Amino acid sequence: MAEEEVKKVKKEAIPRQPMPEQAPEVRRRNFKEVPIGYTPETAMLEAQRCLQCKKPGCVDGCPVQVDIPGFINQIKEGNFSGAARLLWQKNSLPAVCGRVCPQEVQCEGVCIVGKKGQPVAIGNLERFAADYERINGKGELPPKAPPTGKKVAVVGSGPSGLTVAGDLIAKGHEVTVLEAFHKPGGVLVYGIPEFRLPKEIVFSEVAFMEKQGVKLECNSVVGRTVTLDELFAQGYNAVYVGVGAGLPTFMNIPGENLIGVLSANEYLTRANLMKAYLFPEYDTPIVKGKNVVVLGAGNVAMDSARTAMRLGADNVKIVYRRSKQEMPARKAEIHHAGEEGIEFFLLTAPTRFLGDEKGRITGMECLKMELGEPDQSGRRRPIPVKGSEFKMDCDLVIVAVGAGANPLLTQSTPELSLNKRGYIIADPETGKTTKKGVWAGGDIVTGSATVILAMGAGRKAADSIHNYLKWGW
Amino acid sequence: MKSRISGIIWREKDNCRINIIIYRAGGLKMFKIVKREEMAGGTVILNEIEAPLIAQKAKPGQFVIIKANETGERIPLTMADTDPKKGTITVIYMIVGKSTALFKTLKVGEGYQDVIGPLGKPTHVEKLGTVVCVGGGTGVAVLHPITRALKEAGNHVIGIIGARNKGLLILEEQMKAASNELHVCTDDGSYGHHGFVTEVLKKMLETKEVKLVVGIGPVPMMKFVSKMTKEFNVKTLVSLNPIMIDGTGMCGGCRVSVGGETKFACVDGPEFDGHQVDYDGLMQRLQAYCDEEKECYGTFCKLNQ
Repeated sequence: MAEEEVKKVKKEAIPRQPMPEQAPEVRRRNFKEVPIGYTPETAMLEAQRCLQCKKPGCVDGCPVQVDIPGFINQIKEGNFSGAARLLWQKNSLPAVCGRVCPQEVQCEGVCIVGKKGQPVAIGNLERFAADYERINGKGELPPKAPPTGKKVAVVGSGPSGLTVAGDLIAKGHEVTVLEAFHKPGGVLVYGIPEFRLPKEIVFSEVAFMEKQGVKLECNSVVGRTVTLDELFAQGYNAVYVGVGAGLPTFMNIPGENLIGVLSANEYLTRANLMKAYLFPEYDTPIVKGKNVVVLGAGNVAMDSARTAMRLGADNVKIVYRRSKQEMPARKAEIHHAGEEGIEFFLLTAPTRFLGDEKGRITGMECLKMELGEPDQSGRRRPIPVKGSEFKMDCDLVIVAVGAGANPLLTQSTPELSLNKRGYIIADPETGKTTKKGVWAGGDIVTGSATVILAMGAGRKAADSIHNYLKWGW
Repeated sequence: MKSRISGIIWREKDNCRINIIIYRAGGLKMFKIVKREEMAGGTVILNEIEAPLIAQKAKPGQFVIIKANETGERIPLTMADTDPKKGTITVIYMIVGKSTALFKTLKVGEGYQDVIGPLGKPTHVEKLGTVVCVGGGTGVAVLHPITRALKEAGNHVIGIIGARNKGLLILEEQMKAASNELHVCTDDGSYGHHGFVTEVLKKMLETKEVKLVVGIGPVPMMKFVSKMTKEFNVKTLVSLNPIMIDGTGMCGGCRVSVGGETKFACVDGPEFDGHQVDYDGLMQRLQAYCDEEKECYGTFCKLNQ
């Protein structure tokens, strides 16, 4: 007993290892990744902080149930490849999740160590193990079941699609992933910026799947180039639809079509997928604002604001109609944005955009808000303050207030039942849709959520597809 | 199968190296050019491209997005023709900036890295009676398959095509074959009717019972065609080509005001009711990146002199 107590005290004595990062004044002007990553020594030190709980809360806190104490123990022992392999059992994209998961509300949020002090840095350790294996590993492939002769088409190569592909290829099925863009990765490539998730990591994860036998077809717009029924006619036995949300939401206020008002989707796609931040070496241009306003306060808003800063803005403002508590972005992103000099105009909402004679934006009119009673989402509803109108100058506005359901695929597939917002109705436990042989998951079912939730949906659907291919619908 | 290739480009502005990671799923595929023609004194290029999946699906009025190489832009182009048997599509474009200048350098046997489509809604083709198809500049290329389809549907099709001068006129023979009668106009009078297409259109509207007008060309032309047909209360379709990235309704860059409502040209169009389109707003939005385009084109021209 006494010995155990001594051990515990020791563990608590090790502080949470900080993640080394590029200094804010340097990184705000470059596109290199912000966190630099743990060294093997810091990773092993941090791994010692884990209590190796018998009933670990963190595993339940993870949407894909990664064996968190298990992989941390491997790191502690110095077996980094073993840690990566353990991660892969449940998570086909650990290098991605270590970087973009909202750990504070998942695994780290329920970590026992965090009850008294700082939780174990699970995300940082996950990232470390995956990076170590990618750089130093022998590229050993995960075990694969004998071929079943069944063919599965996965529509969309974002996080949920890749999870399904990775799971089903391991179970011996033939998998083809169809991607509408010219590069695979979905939101990981067009949405999340380089400084948060280097594209090389995404491509090496995808290349790893190709090595395992997953086939990839880019430039394939399902609903246009090919329909779901045609896929079945081509011999596919099952189809997974993970096309993402992908319909930009605008504010529906006057002046929205002025030049310099962009959806975050457009702004980030230009910057990330088309690499407009390297213009003119890459041919796609982007509006380089000096006074930039970003509307919204989610992860996409933070990404847009920080991209604008890196593209040379003098000032970048996040304009949000609620208060700091309601901001939906990951804590680390809000913190990083603040460090990089991004200003927050909370309890503020635009009422109209103002432009010059050439149709370019010059500013916007805003109203101050105050918080009233909670609304359906449980967050306190913003109410305009009378007489609080004021004007804000800007030459670029990025609208990052969420996304809707893109109807391109669903329009061409009438058998898929949709809810009233246009999202596909799928069984939350299996991902089954109302059309036989078709599963769906990720943002096209739930609306805008996170990478890991989309992966969780992919995991469940992959299990269900596997059962279907073995036993039937 | 080689799916990853790395390259390095030197960035002069800040004297640094940029690593390019090229990732091509499924190895290096290419959409090969099987036929290439220069028109209008080399200012307009025709490319017939191998794209069997698209060729099987495409209908008149739909477009593709094409991208020449790794660092290239995604450019929307409405298809001028398709050959499902041969598995090819045809695009015709005018050289207006860096990307189209780069396209022009591609020879037969070379190809585009990416061709995506068919995108947008097809033209609604039905038998109405007398139909007038008005085309200006490279808009004639887009108009041609629609004209042909309208004629095949049993309409009496009157074609009106125009250009600044005779040398810039394209597809006259093809349009003649696709319509029941063809009228040609040039702004400088070097060929056909001396004047604008709208003048000939007015005559048609005054003398015939026209059921539908399809107008495709530069935005000002479509604006004035629509203005005129509105006076005669004749239904008019125009095909728009605003700035676009994905072409699948994801970015909203191609938004255009139609009847006071915001529409996405890529998924709601590219064809719209000509009487409802806000042409001035469309023209302004087309200028969004004109400075960057000039810079890019200037550098490209210097390098290729």
